[in-house]
Amino acid sequence: MTPITIEHYLGLSAILFFIGVFGVLFRRNLIVILMSIELMLNAVNLSFVTFSRQLGTMDGHVATFFVMALAAAEAGLGLAILVMVFRNRTTVQADDLTLMRD
Amino acid sequence: MTAVLFYFFAGVAVIGALAMVSLRNPLSGAFALVGTMVSLAALFAMLNAEFVFILQILVYAGAIMVLVIFTIMLLNLDKQELKEVPVSRMRLLGMGAVCALLAVGFIRVFSHFGSEPPAFIDAEFGSIEGVGRMMLGPYLYPFEVISLVLLVAIVGVVLLAKRVV
Repeated sequence: MTPITIEHYLGLSAILFFIGVFGVLFRRNLIVILMSIELMLNAVNLSFVTFSRQLGTMDGHVATFFVMALAAAEAGLGLAILVMVFRNRTTVQADDLTLMRD
Repeated sequence: MTAVLFYFFAGVAVIGALAMVSLRNPLSGAFALVGTMVSLAALFAMLNAEFVFILQILVYAGAIMVLVIFTIMLLNLDKQELKEVPVSRMRLLGMGAVCALLAVGFIRVFSHFGSEPPAFIDAEFGSIEGVGRMMLGPYLYPFEVISLVLLVAIVGVVLLAKRVV
């Protein structure tokens, strides 16, 4: 069996990132779009940790920590906005929110 | 052994991510994403990043996903709300192909890094103590700024979620 190199980890990170991109582009449900963004952030975290392991420094771990803190803030704010939107418009579909366009 | 573990967790992560993107019910999607995050945590552990591993379980699988699941349950969406606007098959295939091509391109670029990670690492590498020293040493100011960002986010969330300000 081939040994696991860092390109395996980076490849997995790329695959997960583009699954997230696909979700943002294709789903119209705001909750799923938020979760896809979380998935993309996670994929980037995997790259950070992989490079950190390769270079033998812990800077990537610190960067991951910062990304996680920002992801938490983003999730909280995003869900609060979602609750607001649902209260005012009773919809969570991105296509129904055309206030700024019309 | 490492290879078996890697492929197992990578497979779970990819399947969970695909399920999250494709399942109609966001609650099922959220549970699939929890699976992805837990297997990513296992991969972090395999990369000797124990602090990040703990954080991944606590913050992502614990806090953030619980928040998402709570919100989904609170909104209590009915069938009508979950109905997806039909997307044309051509567009779906086209964008799927673009995403897949980009992913393959990235993998090709990454294959230039192809090497096994160095076997020898510090005993302190990735430990809570080691990362803590980094965070309160060279990264002290970003660390403080992050705490400010979190404070602003808390205030913003409370303001947004309150019915009457």
